Amino acid sequence: MKANKDLLIVLVAAAGLAVVAVALAQSDTKPAAEPSVDEIVKRANLVAYYQGADGRARVKMTIVDQQGRTRQRELTILRWDAPSPEAAKKGFDAKKADQHAGEQKFYVYFHKPADVDKMAFLVWKHLTKDDDRWLYLPNIDLVKRIAGGEKRTSFVGSDFFYEDISGRRIDDDTHELIETTDKYYVLKNTPKDPRSVEFSYYKMWIHKKTFLVVKTVYYDKNDKAYRQYEAKAVKQIQGYYTVVKSRMTALLTGRYTDLEYSSVKYDLNLPEDIFTERYLRRPPTKHLQDE
Amino acid sequence: MIRLLATTVFGLGLAVLLPGAAVHAQAQRAPGGDEPALPAGLEESPKPKGEPNLPAGLEESPGGEPDLPTGLEGPTATRPAKKEPNKPVSFLDAMKDLGFSGFVEARGGVRTQRDHYEDQASIGEARLQLEWERVFKDVRFKVTGDVVYDQVDPERGHVDLVKGTGWFDLREAWTSFSPVSWMDVKLGRQVLTWGTGNLLFVNDLFPKDWQSFFVGRDLEYLKAPSDALKLSVFSGLADVDLVYVPRANPSRFISGRRISYYSSMLGRRAGQDAVIRTEDRDEWFDDSEWAGRISRKLGSYELAAYGYWGFWKTPEGFDPLRNLATYPRLNAYGGSIRGPLPRGIVRVEGAYYDSSQDRQGDRPFVRNSEVRLLAGYETDLPEIAPELNLDVQYYVELMCHYDEYVRSLPAGVPARDRGRHVVTIGLTKKLMNQNLTVGLFSYYSPTDGDAYLRPKVAYKIDDHWTVEVGGNVFFGRSRHTFFAQFARDTNVYASVRYGF
Repeated sequence: MKANKDLLIVLVAAAGLAVVAVALAQSDTKPAAEPSVDEIVKRANLVAYYQGADGRARVKMTIVDQQGRTRQRELTILRWDAPSPEAAKKGFDAKKADQHAGEQKFYVYFHKPADVDKMAFLVWKHLTKDDDRWLYLPNIDLVKRIAGGEKRTSFVGSDFFYEDISGRRIDDDTHELIETTDKYYVLKNTPKDPRSVEFSYYKMWIHKKTFLVVKTVYYDKNDKAYRQYEAKAVKQIQGYYTVVKSRMTALLTGRYTDLEYSSVKYDLNLPEDIFTERYLRRPPTKHLQDE
Repeated sequence: MIRLLATTVFGLGLAVLLPGAAVHAQAQRAPGGDEPALPAGLEESPKPKGEPNLPAGLEESPGGEPDLPTGLEGPTATRPAKKEPNKPVSFLDAMKDLGFSGFVEARGGVRTQRDHYEDQASIGEARLQLEWERVFKDVRFKVTGDVVYDQVDPERGHVDLVKGTGWFDLREAWTSFSPVSWMDVKLGRQVLTWGTGNLLFVNDLFPKDWQSFFVGRDLEYLKAPSDALKLSVFSGLADVDLVYVPRANPSRFISGRRISYYSSMLGRRAGQDAVIRTEDRDEWFDDSEWAGRISRKLGSYELAAYGYWGFWKTPEGFDPLRNLATYPRLNAYGGSIRGPLPRGIVRVEGAYYDSSQDRQGDRPFVRNSEVRLLAGYETDLPEIAPELNLDVQYYVELMCHYDEYVRSLPAGVPARDRGRHVVTIGLTKKLMNQNLTVGLFSYYSPTDGDAYLRPKVAYKIDDHWTVEVGGNVFFGRSRHTFFAQFARDTNVYASVRYGF
């Protein structure tokens, strides 16, 4: 009987061990507490492009070429988020972070250099079709419509692309979690339509605690890194972790562009009608300035 | 452990398979170790094992993972309070803070052939543009003025703010405000533009400066200012703009003063020997113009309807008794649509030009009524080259009473075709990080058999200096058609500008 009892203990212990082992094995590939890849991507996208229901920032852009010569741009960006398609269906709750991860509108007002001073640029970012873009040239009072298809071209001559500023659609890539470190989720993102982009994939280091993208490296078809984004400084503004300094480097030439964000403000209650032709022709000065 | 092994194997594999990549990665950081440091502001505070905090941005992580950026390093790693040394404010920055900006420019150009009626030089000017813009209590003020010395302008001493001659050109002097939230008012001298054409205008009957355009001034000078009151009313249904010009603002047209043209009266080309004299519409309120637009969006498409009640913008009439060119009355009604097509922007615009002093079309010295149509498409061509843009347009002017026109045409005056068809092709390529722009805009008329080419290369040396070279090339098989008449005005120009 005692022997049976011992056997039972051994069996139970073995079974317990097996369970633990299986659990451990599972946790090694997919720790129970870790969010899924989709969740990471979604949250990183929210943090990067959708914090607050709207926002404003003054951006100083410094472009440094191979010879160390610099060019500067200064602009103010206003952002307005529409309710996300799901939220619009279920009932919109502005307080929830993911409620406005849908269409967006951007108003960009240029201050410097002289040749773009007072120009305004308007973007209606869509989820399922090309963005609508308008450029206003104040000297000739011209509202010019710009084709919104080419997203991976330089934004105002910098190393940042349009898509880096306004965000790349999550669904345009497939995402793999290739590594989890103490601080980061490391993701490999592969484009679904490789012909539409110049990279063959890119890796992102996403800060686990805040879901901020700290670094992105783009690789060409020979697996050579050629383009790199780095978050250089982060500030908590109105509770939102915000990248206030970042750099995009063209690794093959060494040319880079630094972005410095100042007077960042969220949840300003910007009226949606700012993002129309009316305010291209007549800048919304009140909303462009820090009160 | 397994993960570490996998990483190592993966790293080795990368190194073996892609020696080039591995070497490159090493230059940056070890493979698998290209992880970024957390930026300032993202660093965790209590470090395991009590290791000390490295200064912001230097945080080396296990496995060479990226350092946290400043700001992610937690409360202990606050950045040292770096105080910006008081930078001396430059004069130009101080001016900018006060609302001033502008440029200084030198621009010179010559005809590439001799023209018996004009100077060899097409332009030779020094220009200072000073702009001032301020907002006081929601009321915006702007004044832009150009001081010009143009060697070629025979009238440089005589300032005429409407005709744009002389050493001073007032381009803007207006105030704008919103008396109620749904209305904008803009009052004063202002540049006005609407419609969808690219260097072709159908419903935009605001004044142009063709002379500046043809001698190669900056594109900004194609639009001449209006002295106007503009009222804009905005509603969810549609936006309405109404423009009142109390004294007509004609275009700055080709008069022969510095660009030669074909004179149908003389039956030959003419220039400074036969400068067109006009009977100006210069009576305040009697010679007023009205223009209106109703516009709205439909999805991504922009729809607009336009109206204009005033005068032909160029002297399209003639008074043979006094030998004066005249500005007959003109009303215009039109519409436009603009929006995205796959890969580009399409636009269609049309208007009926009611030449109300010649409704039957049988008056020989007043231009006939016309229908004008425009269709255009603009797209980027990434397959051919990055940052290459193509714009094509088809444009037609159709005379409404052609038989009457032909019947009443004075003897010896070459008859126009019923329709004047024009195709434009604009190609723009940006290079060297958008600092170099190479462009060619061409007009070609298959019916007139003439063409106008505008090649241009502009380079931004830095944030202030821009240099530009370009040309205005006219040719055609007859001498009287629209572009061909300027064949002897073909010119090249160069400019250098400092913007501030």
